[in-house]
Amino acid sequence: MNFWIIQGLNGLAFGSLLFILASGFSLIFGLMRIVNLSHGAYFMLGAYVGLSAIEAGANFWVAILLGGAAICILGTLIERFILRRLNGQPLAQVLVTLGIAFIIADACVWIWTGDPRRVPMPSELTGAFRVAHLAFPIYRLFVIGVAFALAAALWFLLERSRLGAMIRAGVDDLTMARAMGIRTSLLFSVVFCLGSALAGAGGVLAGPILSVYPGLDTDMLPLALVVVILGGVGSLLGAFVGSLIIGFIYSYGQALFPDLAYVILFLPMVLVLTLRPTGLFGRQAI
Amino acid sequence: MMRSSVLVSGAMAALLVSASLAEAADNGPLKVGFLTVRSGALAAGGRQMEEGLKLCIDEHHGEMAGRKIEVITADTAGQPAVTKTKAQELVERDGAQVLIGPLAAFEALAIDEYIRQTKTPIISPSAAAEDLTQRKLNPWFVRAVGTSAQPYHPFGEYAAKELHYKKIAIIADDFAFGHEIAAGFQRTFEQNGGKVVQKLWSPLNTAEYGTYITQIDPSVDAVFAAFAGGNGIKFLSEYKNYGMQKPVLGSMTTVDEGILKRMGDEALGVISAGWYSAATDTPTNKKFVAAMRKAYGADPGYYSVGAYMACQFLNNALEQVKGDTSNKEAFMKALRNVNITDSPYGPVKIDKYGQPVLDITIRKVEKKDGRLQNVVLKTYPAVSQFWTYGAEEFLKSPVYSRDWKPAK
Repeated sequence: MNFWIIQGLNGLAFGSLLFILASGFSLIFGLMRIVNLSHGAYFMLGAYVGLSAIEAGANFWVAILLGGAAICILGTLIERFILRRLNGQPLAQVLVTLGIAFIIADACVWIWTGDPRRVPMPSELTGAFRVAHLAFPIYRLFVIGVAFALAAALWFLLERSRLGAMIRAGVDDLTMARAMGIRTSLLFSVVFCLGSALAGAGGVLAGPILSVYPGLDTDMLPLALVVVILGGVGSLLGAFVGSLIIGFIYSYGQALFPDLAYVILFLPMVLVLTLRPTGLFGRQAI
Repeated sequence: MMRSSVLVSGAMAALLVSASLAEAADNGPLKVGFLTVRSGALAAGGRQMEEGLKLCIDEHHGEMAGRKIEVITADTAGQPAVTKTKAQELVERDGAQVLIGPLAAFEALAIDEYIRQTKTPIISPSAAAEDLTQRKLNPWFVRAVGTSAQPYHPFGEYAAKELHYKKIAIIADDFAFGHEIAAGFQRTFEQNGGKVVQKLWSPLNTAEYGTYITQIDPSVDAVFAAFAGGNGIKFLSEYKNYGMQKPVLGSMTTVDEGILKRMGDEALGVISAGWYSAATDTPTNKKFVAAMRKAYGADPGYYSVGAYMACQFLNNALEQVKGDTSNKEAFMKALRNVNITDSPYGPVKIDKYGQPVLDITIRKVEKKDGRLQNVVLKTYPAVSQFWTYGAEEFLKSPVYSRDWKPAK
């Protein structure tokens, strides 16, 4: 029984991290049809920015904001000056984002020396929460809370706000949205900023658990892809459910079938792609 | 006809010239090809290797046994295919006469065949894979570090006899390095009455260790954690956050000085074994550590001391042949005959398989002089890669692997 509870919590915590990572990826893909392969690099760069902020004396919460803000600015610039020039050439866009990912990765080695680093967690969240003889890190409970709050906020933004209505209109039919007078160019910038900021802030938030090291980007990007493919591209609900499913498969799977640890996350993806290519909550084939 | 014979004689002349140039080069600078990693996930280790090598070359003022040393550096990016290309470039284009490198065992394996073909002497500053100096011996290969399991034969005995642990759980990186460390430890720990009751293999790129930490059998006396790269940082801090109380034993790389400087209190008290500790209290090591700290502001660890010693091996071999490397076989013989009485490792000599016999220290992480250090608890002098088993008996059994012996 303890096993199921504790691994369930582990899965929930890891799924929460994945949701924070994948929501931005999904948001960008849903509206702009850009497979942003820099997303993992944004996540890593955000963590490094946050780390430097903390080392310069900022507290953890400020570091999260700075990490998000820095990556929002970077993402917006890349979208405005590079990706937009390649409008309508999805293959070129994918390749450019991959190239940018490599550049960011090597710049990080250059600036932050490549030593693996741990982002210190706020002291009020260290240690374990104990019930009976179960112990679980307080910080992970906090991450779970953040992910659910973020999911609710994003749902509200997309489903209940004017901006959300415009984004949804753009996702459904970009040409028509433009014809209706929605400034899609500005919309693109806003969404790219938001998606990038989620990656950057998520990197800082994940820092105390994952630490930050060269290669964090390429470790995380496939996970974002798996979540989004499983959940259905461009669907917030899909990203949420997909993240939690992957989180549970990760924790129960690695514990119950240790020999499959390397592939276990990719099996459901293959299954879903075979049986339901649009993902669990995807609406249309691309 | 005329034309072609002109061509032929021209080519002959060119050959003669280049041959005489090659001969002349033997009194000129010795070209050392250095395979390191400057980009990608292993870049931190590569930088530390460069620092160690540079310090050694500087100590010798760029000259060994009367010959200038010219180091040509190549970045392998930690990728076996690139390593092979770079090794070829160094040997064939740049004329490297001896190689130092590469960083990772899978890189060393990628150029193994090439080294044999071209008969290029190579000194490994880091790659620990057992069979390179055991069952798949390469006559041109000599190692300046321990094998994966070399420190853990004494460590297993220490854990059973001196720490009096009876039951241990092992968690290790799921690749050859981790498998070999775990098996070496288990072998002597169980021979001395201990029991490994659980073995957890986590993928090298495990995102987070919560799933594994919560599986650890609560009845064990201690956890032996063998990690490479930055995984030790992740594991130890999460171990603490999960409220785990059981003592942690580590591999040399779990709490290597290269990452120890990035750790916090969670590393305190971790006992590990290795062929080097920056805290070893000998005049030679103190001098080495002071020089490294002065130049690079940090204690030397696995990679920096490995490259430093590879360079000292080169110096020792060059002195034996009086700087004359024209006879490759003789030079290689000298490399395999390295005998250094005093070094940061302590005394070092090489067995006939090309593997150093080393002092192994048992260390404990403590805070000293305001920083975390691997304070030495005990030294096992002159430990062979075969421990006390003898080469023949050792080599008859299969190489240490994931399935070497299951936990009970």
